[in-house]
Amino acid sequence: MSSVCFYFQVHQPMRIKKYRVFDVGQNSDYFGDNSGTSLDNKFIVEKVANKCYLPANRVMLENIKRNPNFKVSYSISGIALEQFEKFYPEVVDSFRELVNTGNVEILSETYYHSLASIYSREEFEHQVKMHRRKVRDLFGVTPTVFRNTELIYNNEIARVVEEMGYKGILAEGADHILGWRSPTFIYKPTGTQNIKALLKHYKLSDDIAFRFSERSWAEWPLTAPKFADWVSAHNGNGQVINLFMDYETFGEHQWEDTGIFEFLRHLPETILANPDNDFVTVSEAVDRYDFMGEIDVPYHTSWADMERDLSAWASNDIQREALDTVYSMEKDIAYIDDPVLQEDWRKLQTSDHFYYMCTKFWADGDVHKYFSPYESPYEAFIAYMNVMHDMRLRLENVKKKQEHEVSLHKMNPLRFSEV
Amino acid sequence: MFGWEFPPYNSGGLGVACEGMSKALSASGVNLTFALPYKVPIKARWCKFVFADEEVEFKNSKEVMDYVSGYTSHTSTNFNKELISKISGMKGNSLMERVFLYAKKAPSIASKTVHSIIHVHDWLTYPAGIEAKKFSKRPLVTHIHATEYDRSGEDINKDIFEIEKEGFRKADMIVAVSGRTRKSVIERYRIDPNKVKVVHNGVEFENNQNSVPLNIQDLKNKGNNIVLFAGRITFQKGPDYFVSMAEKILSFEPNTYFVISGSGDMEESMIRDVSRRGLSNRFIFCGFLRGDELSAVYRAADIYVMPSVSEPFGILPLEVMLSDTPVLISKESGVSEVVSCVLKSNFWDVDDMTDKVISVLRNKKLHSQLSITGKKEVRTIHWKKAADSLISLYNSLEESNKVVEFIPSLEFAIA
Repeated sequence: MSSVCFYFQVHQPMRIKKYRVFDVGQNSDYFGDNSGTSLDNKFIVEKVANKCYLPANRVMLENIKRNPNFKVSYSISGIALEQFEKFYPEVVDSFRELVNTGNVEILSETYYHSLASIYSREEFEHQVKMHRRKVRDLFGVTPTVFRNTELIYNNEIARVVEEMGYKGILAEGADHILGWRSPTFIYKPTGTQNIKALLKHYKLSDDIAFRFSERSWAEWPLTAPKFADWVSAHNGNGQVINLFMDYETFGEHQWEDTGIFEFLRHLPETILANPDNDFVTVSEAVDRYDFMGEIDVPYHTSWADMERDLSAWASNDIQREALDTVYSMEKDIAYIDDPVLQEDWRKLQTSDHFYYMCTKFWADGDVHKYFSPYESPYEAFIAYMNVMHDMRLRLENVKKKQEHEVSLHKMNPLRFSEV
Repeated sequence: MFGWEFPPYNSGGLGVACEGMSKALSASGVNLTFALPYKVPIKARWCKFVFADEEVEFKNSKEVMDYVSGYTSHTSTNFNKELISKISGMKGNSLMERVFLYAKKAPSIASKTVHSIIHVHDWLTYPAGIEAKKFSKRPLVTHIHATEYDRSGEDINKDIFEIEKEGFRKADMIVAVSGRTRKSVIERYRIDPNKVKVVHNGVEFENNQNSVPLNIQDLKNKGNNIVLFAGRITFQKGPDYFVSMAEKILSFEPNTYFVISGSGDMEESMIRDVSRRGLSNRFIFCGFLRGDELSAVYRAADIYVMPSVSEPFGILPLEVMLSDTPVLISKESGVSEVVSCVLKSNFWDVDDMTDKVISVLRNKKLHSQLSITGKKEVRTIHWKKAADSLISLYNSLEESNKVVEFIPSLEFAIA
């Protein structure tokens, strides 16, 4: 028996506009680009919703109606949900409709799709809780399985997530973690008790996410029967085939004219045609199968780039400078009474800001360039650091104001008896 | 190969490009003869030099420069008329006459030099190339480093335009130094696009070991920033945008000095503009620097800004990058087609340039990131790459010109 476990990531960052040195101390609107370009958050959400989220959700819903055993899981970042509510509420409705079928599960993650798991345990837990609340408010469900930003994972993160009460965690099925072992089994993270790790089958996942429309690929064109054969080939030597990918694969990375929606439409029944196959959500996979072994991951892994490490966000000096700057504010921000400032600070933690500053292979025109709304990593850094400058000014102002108020309170109130 | 100037007897980028290109072509096995209009004691050992006029030899670079650089754009006013007329008494009365004197000698050079390709650089040498081709019937390659529009804006010299156009028309192949220059050749001169190829320039790797000049080091030690402008001070280099930018930068970073290296027809108006804005005590005009002096200034700068309105290629940012100094170049420059580890702005977007320069001055990490990755990148932009493209281009011309006797491929002799 082989179970197919689909998990799709839905995320849209709040991109920082061209915020210049002239804006510092003058205005604190960091995310309000309305140029109709790739820096305009509303424009992007509408574009991707029309090309991907709405049509893909329609296909998923039809699939579930036609095949009551078809199941999928989603993780939707809080910052994406927030933007859907604000710019395109129909997207939230359409995900809610899917969740209401009972065949769709929602995962936990950090609200701001941040790197807090690496920099601050306190902030990490705060954002996971924020996200849980958002998911409960919008969909009426409470997630039991966790996926970290970009599948960033190590033993310590698995341990913290178990402590927070989750029964499962997702990770990249990277060769350097598994060695000769297969990602089609459930593993126990080193140093944990009961939490189960589900590992991405990167070959089959990338066949859909990256190679689907690649005409130079020997397997092109990829059809539902061909893919179903590859899945069935695991029968007898695997339990769960974890197909993890960005949801934007459907319609945004792979355009509609590549036939990606047709592929998605035919895949469930083609896979189910083999009675030895079925579909599971992430928590069903965790409940159904037992540990096959232990995985020991002392260093951070992720699903990003060829390196499958943190280098997409923290491999050069400007990225580390930006990260240090934002997280060095934590000790001050946590104690001030200014929810707007705190919210802005958290929006500035979204991993994408640092991804845009990546210079790996920048000169060769790599995938980071494709995904970046900025003309260069340096421009991303310049806008970000100007914003940080303004954030520091705001923080100083609030601190001064609070100190002033504290000193006012310290004065003994006048009593009638003393007058 | 017909050139007009050659380092160290050069007034600008054209000579530098000819030096780098000829060196790389020779290193790749091309048998190259380099022709110049006048005799100078050149020491370059990689190719043979011939001089159109053997009678008078220039010994100092000042003489040569006045001879070759009489022309920057036809609106130029400040070159030394007296000296020019003194020299031209023996060499022809105007620059135009000197150009045609050179052309008159070209057939004799072609007759004395075994060659299979004629390669010429910019309008000053096009008439010579055309005459040489008339004589030897070998394919003519016209290299375009800067068009008359690049030098003069819309207000062009019609005679020079016609010479350029004739050079393009008579050429078997035109080599443009950038995509934007190619576009200009096709659109403004109405030349068949199939005849125009792009070969980007390269840069010679020399580690800049020069130490920062003492006076500038002193300013730096006192906590001042140094922003550099270098190159000819002419309309096409955008000096006025640089001054506007400087004024804005100073309102954020008052401890900044702006160092200007170079001279040109807009030098006086630039100085006037600076003093009118009350910035004179923040500007250091160094005049025309070369060699070690120039390299030392490259190293001293925190950032080099090239706000060129029009720059067919622009080799200077590459030299600055080799000195570990970050650069901000205009998107209107040809060099911006080949580098990505730099900052780029539109030349007119003074706010954007201000923002970027201030960011580099304030963020050490951004400065080091740009200087490290920039140096690494510029090392991939070598003349060998350009030479390889030129050689395959020569080969294709050879193929279609099989009338001449057999010459093994790569074994070119170029006049």
